[in-house]
Order: sequence, then C-alpha cells, then structure tokens
Amino acid sequence: MPTRSEDAVIKVRDLVVDFASRRVLNGVNLDLKRGEILGFVGASGAGKSVLTRTIIGLLPMQQGSIEVLGVELSKASQAERQAVDRRWGVLFQQGALFSSLTSGKNVEFPIREYLRLSPKLTTEIAISKLEMVGLKPDVYRNYPSELSGGMIKRVALARALALDPEILFLDEPTSGLDPISAAEFDHLLLTLQETLGISVFMVTHDLDSLHRTCDRIAVLSEGKIVEVGNMDVMLASQHPWLKEYFHGERAHTDFQVAIKGRRVTEKRA
Amino acid sequence: MTAATLDHGPSRDNGLDLKAGGRWTAVHARTLEPLIDAASHTGKPGQGEVRRVVFDASQVEQLDTYGAWLIERTLRIWKSRGAETELVGLQASYRNLFEKVRAGQQKLTPLKYKQTGLVATFESVGRTMMAVTTDLTTIFQMAGQLVVAFLSVCAHPRRFRITSMVNHLERVCWHAVPIILLITFLIGAIIAQQGIFHFRTFGADIYVVDMVGVLVLRELGVLIVCIMIAGRSGSAYTAELGSMKMREEVDALRTMGFDPIEVLVLPRILALMIAVPILTFLGSMAALYGGGLVAWLYGGIDPKIFMSRLHESINGQTFAVGMIKAPFMALIIGLVACMEGMQVKGSAESLGAKTTDSVVKSIFLVIVIDGLFAVFFASVGI
Repeated sequence: MPTRSEDAVIKVRDLVVDFASRRVLNGVNLDLKRGEILGFVGASGAGKSVLTRTIIGLLPMQQGSIEVLGVELSKASQAERQAVDRRWGVLFQQGALFSSLTSGKNVEFPIREYLRLSPKLTTEIAISKLEMVGLKPDVYRNYPSELSGGMIKRVALARALALDPEILFLDEPTSGLDPISAAEFDHLLLTLQETLGISVFMVTHDLDSLHRTCDRIAVLSEGKIVEVGNMDVMLASQHPWLKEYFHGERAHTDFQVAIKGRRVTEKRA
Repeated sequence: MTAATLDHGPSRDNGLDLKAGGRWTAVHARTLEPLIDAASHTGKPGQGEVRRVVFDASQVEQLDTYGAWLIERTLRIWKSRGAETELVGLQASYRNLFEKVRAGQQKLTPLKYKQTGLVATFESVGRTMMAVTTDLTTIFQMAGQLVVAFLSVCAHPRRFRITSMVNHLERVCWHAVPIILLITFLIGAIIAQQGIFHFRTFGADIYVVDMVGVLVLRELGVLIVCIMIAGRSGSAYTAELGSMKMREEVDALRTMGFDPIEVLVLPRILALMIAVPILTFLGSMAALYGGGLVAWLYGGIDPKIFMSRLHESINGQTFAVGMIKAPFMALIIGLVACMEGMQVKGSAESLGAKTTDSVVKSIFLVIVIDGLFAVFFASVGI
C-alpha cells in the first residue's frame, strides 16, 4: 500500500463564495487527506457543485483560501497553477467528453499535451487506461455519441486518470447508472484508491456509494460544513437534515445493501 | 529527484538481465522509452538468441501506471520473441497496480480494409450524389410536413404559437433592421458611384438612375437581404434546433404529443416569410437613398432630377418583381435551416457542420430560385 500519511492534499479555509448574486458558501472549512475517499453530500442546491468548481478554479471566490498540494491557489502564478492542474483529474457529471474526438483521442488529449510521448506509447497508455476502467480496447475508436451513459462515465474517468493524478474530483459519478454499473463503479474506485493511492473528492447522492467507498463524509448545509466523519458519525448525528437523509424512506429501503457495503469497508480497513 | 534508469547486461546461458531504478512515472516516461528500445535490441543474431530475461525492479523508487505499462511492455516484447521472462523485486505495494495494468489485452480489432484509388473516387462521387438526392427529398418532405402543420393550424387557430412567432419576428426582423439598412445603403452608393464613373465617359451619367432603380428593386435588394438573413437568421435557426435535437428536447416534445414541425418550425418559417419582404422593402429604399446621395454629391445629379428620372424609369411592376420573390426565398432559407437543424447528431462537430451546410445551401438555393424567377419573368414579358 502506498503510504497513507495524515497530511491534507486539499485545505479549504473560511471560504466565501457568491454565485448568481447569492451567498452560497459562507465560511467553509474542509480537508481532503492523502489517500482517502471523501464523500460530499448536501441537499440539491446547497452548493456542492459550487464548492467543487471553486476548488478546481472554475468559479472565483470572495474570501478565504484554498491550498491544493501545498500551493495556495489564489496566490499561485500561472505556471504553478498549471503544475497543479496536471496533478488532479476531474470527472464532470455528464462526462464532458470532447464530442469531436474518439474516446481514445479524448484520453490521449492530456497525455499528448503534457508528456509528449511517442504516438505508439501514447496510444498504448490510452488503451491501458480504458482497460483499467473496465472497457474493451475497441472502445478506443468509438465517438462519445456512440456510447451509453455508463460507458461515457468510464471513458471520462479514464481521461481524468490519464496523467495519473494525485487527486480525483468526481461530480455525482454514479448518477444515471443502473445499480449494477454503480456498484461496479464503486468497486473500480476502491481498486484505484488501492493501486494508485489516489485521494478522491466525490460529490454524490448515492447512499450505497457512500456506504461502500467513502472513508469520510462531509455534509454541506446552509453554506457551511455541518458534519464531517465516517458513516457511524453520520448515523449518530442529530442534525435534522442528516437524520432525514440517512434515516429517511430511501435509506431504509437500501438498508440491506448498506449493511453489506459497510462490511466491504470494514474488510478494507 | 532521481531520474529513471534501465541498465541491461547479458547473464549466463543466453540470458539478459534488466535492472530498473529511480522513478518510473509519467514525467519520466519520455526518457524511459528509448532506454527500453535499446534494451530490446540487445540480443544480436550472431550471439545466439536470448532465452531468458530477468527484470529486476528492486531499485524502482516510485511507480505509476506509465511505469507499470513500460515494464509490462518490455516483458511482452521479449515474450513475443519466445524468451522466458521474469519480474523480480517489485515492491509489494506496487504489485496491485502492476497486476491491474498487466491484465490489459491491448488488442484492437483490425480496421476494415479501405478502398483506395479509382474505386474510392467513384465511391465518394456516388455517395455525394446520393447525399444530394437525400437532401432534396428531405427538403420536399419538410415542405410537405410544413404544409400539413399549416393546414392543421388553420383548422385549429388556437394551436398556433403566436407568441413564439412574434418573438422570432423580433429577432429576425426588428433586430436585423440596422445592419440591413447599412449594408444596402452602402451597396446602393457603390453601384451609383461605379455607374457614374463609367457612364461619364459616354456622357450618359443620367442613366445611372435607371440602372440603380432597376437593379436595386428587381434583383439586388432582395438578394442582399436574403444572403444576409441566411447568414444571420438561417444559421441561428439551425444552431437552435440542432442543440435542441442534441439534448433530446425535440424528442421530449414529440413524446408529449406535440408535432415539432408545428411547434418549432412553423413559427420560425412564418416569421421569416413576414420578415424578409419587410426587410427587402426597407433595404431597397436604403439602397435607392444611398444611390441618390452619391449621384448628388459625386455625380452632381440634383435630387429633384434623380426623383423624376426614377419615376420615369421604374414602375410598380419593377417593384413588385422584387417583392414577390421575397417570401419564396424566405421559405427556402427557413426550410433549409430547419432541415439541417433537425439532422444534427450527437457531436459538437456535427452541429458546426450542419450550420455551415445550412448557410451554404440556402444561399445557393436563393440564387438558383432567383435565376428561375428571372427566366419566368422574361418569358411572361415583364
């Protein structure tokens, strides 16, 4: 196992972000530790995507600081920023594959831009990545419009993993997948965490996914992080929204699966 | 930071020892590739074949998927040459990663054989011809659907989307007025200037008024406006409908029991058919104004003389010939734009290609229709 030191790869401090002239985040503090999978939950519209997009630099922040891999992003130079960009991978909710390129070329894109390997090796690496996320090598030649939703997510994951990033951002990776594909995705994520030692920041609404994969869960409500901890902390929490979330109707129907999922987590630990 | 290294040397019994060290990671992949190539070309035929390859990875400090694949690639090269391969000394923590990469097949099914040369040329000509036929059929199909939608709206006037049509009318007509006025004004001015410049040598300056009047009212006014509208509004229609098609909005409409032609296409095309005649009229007036201004300032033709000369050279018929063409051309622009929009497939590239096609085809067809009208008017003697 790669070393799992307790240092944080992402440190968010007192973050304030306005979006569409509304204060969405009001003093967010959050750490992503090296090698952990952090699940990030919150009601729809609570600002989960806003926080993710602020960390990866797509939205401006009003106050606070974000430190990624030891680099304070608001003070970093262009070159430092770019160096950080290379060390994280982002999986967007809809995949965001370039529709004019084949899957293979999508995965090759960052490799070609940053590493300048020989075309043969670039292709081999791209195929290797596609196979790692559980696709057949022939998907290499398919255009995104020829793929199913689950396959698009996998190709997008392969592209996010193209440069062997240290941090992976996932925006609702299992939404729109059938339960079997979602379970496979969770399994894939655990394998990647084990083999590559990746730190994962995952926005999700999928309770099974939270049970199965996440080391810690952070909860966003009314612009602040109201609870951080493992599943037991979540289940014991007295926060009204959390009680509804983890003990509500949907949670109970999935109870059996959830228990099984927790066993997997325990086995890993 | 230690760079990645790969040493190689022969061992006993036709063996080869490979010794890897340093960081086998993405950043070093570029330097590692030639090292691997060098290590793969050692066993020369004279010295006997390499039977056994031992890859010692004990000095590898860091490994990622790139390094893992490079190791696996080296091993596969030797395996394919019939050598026995062995990987020793890989740190336990990297074993999982290596196994994951090793599991990859890396086999693409070979591409289908592609025709080249003469056959391919004929094939592509044939395909283009077929595409032209399909295009024509689709335009007629769209026109037919449009007529059906129009009739059904006539039968149930409440179903007509008046708000949508007014909205489109504002965008294609009202918002287009300034640019149309400017362009046609300039065109009128340029024609008058050129005419005066050349007619002056014959002392026939005054005939410039006839030329400007007839040219603008019969041909140029409507043509310039149509070309502008095809580029301005036709492309917008294609892009709008295309992105709606891409995001399955059109399918959503259909499942709710609405006819996309009636809801999306009909208001757009009707708006165009109202807008183009209005714009043609405004454009023609602006062109005449431009021509008159230049004739006065550059050619010394007094506005009063210009007006009376214009009155003699043109009549209501000249004006009508230009105006009558306008709605037909609007129909063609709208049909082509909507047809192309509805044919957009999933990719951003296809949206771009269809938008280009829409503008090119509608301008081409506008000019063809103009030619047909010219033939028609000539034969009826107008």
